[in-house]
Amino acid sequence: MSLTAADIKKISHLARLAIDDADIEQYTENLSGILGLVEQMEAADVADIEPMANAQDATQRLRDDVVTETNHREKFQALAPVTEAGLYLVPKVLE
Amino acid sequence: MHNKSLTELAADLRAGAYTSVELTQHFLDRIEKHDGSLNSFITVTADIALAQAAEADAQIAAGTAGPLTGIPMAHKDIFCTDGVKTSCGSKMLDNFISPYDATVVEKLKAAGMPMLGKTNMDEFAMGSSNETSFYGAVKNPWDTDRVPGGSSGGSAAAVAARLAPITTGSDTGGSIRQPASLTGITGIKPTYGRVSRFGMIAYASSLDQGGVFARDAADCALVLSAMSGFDEKDSTSSEEENVDFTSSLDKSLDGLRIGVPKEYFGEGLDEGVSTSIKAALEQYKALGAEIVEIELPNTGLAIPSYYVIAPAECSANLSRMDGVRYGHRCENPVDLEDMYKRSRSEGFGSEVKRRIMVGTYALSAGYYDAYYIKAQKVRRKIKEDFVKAFENVDVIMGPVAPTTAFKVGEKKDDPVSMYLSDIYTLAVNLAGLPAISVPVEPVAGLPVGLQIIGNYFDESRLLNVAHQFQQATDWHKQSPEGFGG
Repeated sequence: MSLTAADIKKISHLARLAIDDADIEQYTENLSGILGLVEQMEAADVADIEPMANAQDATQRLRDDVVTETNHREKFQALAPVTEAGLYLVPKVLE
Repeated sequence: MHNKSLTELAADLRAGAYTSVELTQHFLDRIEKHDGSLNSFITVTADIALAQAAEADAQIAAGTAGPLTGIPMAHKDIFCTDGVKTSCGSKMLDNFISPYDATVVEKLKAAGMPMLGKTNMDEFAMGSSNETSFYGAVKNPWDTDRVPGGSSGGSAAAVAARLAPITTGSDTGGSIRQPASLTGITGIKPTYGRVSRFGMIAYASSLDQGGVFARDAADCALVLSAMSGFDEKDSTSSEEENVDFTSSLDKSLDGLRIGVPKEYFGEGLDEGVSTSIKAALEQYKALGAEIVEIELPNTGLAIPSYYVIAPAECSANLSRMDGVRYGHRCENPVDLEDMYKRSRSEGFGSEVKRRIMVGTYALSAGYYDAYYIKAQKVRRKIKEDFVKAFENVDVIMGPVAPTTAFKVGEKKDDPVSMYLSDIYTLAVNLAGLPAISVPVEPVAGLPVGLQIIGNYFDESRLLNVAHQFQQATDWHKQSPEGFGG
């Protein structure tokens, strides 16, 4: 699998990463190499095999729908880059 | 004091040979003296350690101490520690003071173990050499020009250099076993679900599993018993009953059936490593075990399957690092998208970015079935290989890594060559099995680890099999020169 510079730009946008133009070539080469490794999977015969998400085929446990967490807003927000009046601040989304 | 087992340390503490404060100070002094050349710690928490040690001394005096009370330890910096920086080896979390404790941290705190600090690691646990850390590479105490392995390289180097009696680690594709192998110590990755993932920063959630590094299997058994158990805060925590892993250490190995996969001795395996592993198998025969050649025909598919599943899961897990609620935020963002993109690009190193991008691609529209679903199907084939093998054998043995520790910088810019060094460890994570690395005869002065893979929830047997080997050999007692005094 050989990716192009345009692919890398598209993928980095989907991943919300800003990649410098100077680094695009390196990423193109690295990612193409990794996908080349991954392609060895193509030879595997997986007809009639169910995809496996958990080693014991366990499913997510559900809990009762009741409040158990206590409020730690101040403690958690102390970690945030910018907050105001108990809210997380980000650049303006709508003009 | 630093060459004693946990059982000896506990006995000395009870007998009053020294206090926990003195023992803890001894290890803090060793860190101060030796870690400059190793870089195995990101944060040293001397004040916390000494306060906890004083509490432990009070418990010992009151007669309420447990088997681990007063013995210091260190956590891989992937485990959240209340009030203490938890960086995960990343610039992204360089300013992150965790507001809570991981379950593993809570449990070892409750067991009375003072925390010496937080150990260095590959960024977000992505790496096999500990060179991707924002805090710089960790050096292997056996040869400081070489890597200690990764991603739990700091935890492994710290135990190898006797800077801590035990440390915690996490293993997503080999991150406990491979550094244990490369630094000559014992490291166990339990069955997926055995140790709570709550508060252990997620890399690939269906593969991540916490575990422990120690000098030997008996010490691992003691600590793992205290770390394990069902946790309602981890949605994939196993409800399997917890056991005292020390209770069957002394069982004889007479009649033990050891499966040796021929795929683990093929091309790429260093000849010296192969010879050491085969000598260890001979030792097991002398202990009464029987060697059975087995096949794990899908071994070669573990690398491609892992390098789809792990990046896919990491791209989802790391999307939470967005500069909004915690972690790094870029200066003067012009809009929300600019803030996301620049915060993430500045906060993450290049290996993390590579894996996020591979995962993003594998999960993107039009590629999901060809990559992610296919990899999950291959994953089941790999598991079925093991299930079939365990119908006929009790444990499986082979090398942990194809070579001894490589040089710092040797593979840093070549991700594919780095990934290939995980060939013998990845399949175990994909299958969710427990496995341990045990030191065997070194090659040219560098440690080699024997990998012992067990059936699901059979950690007791793994530790028994490792312990019996260590009763008959003393490779695990060797320590690197230069860290003695």
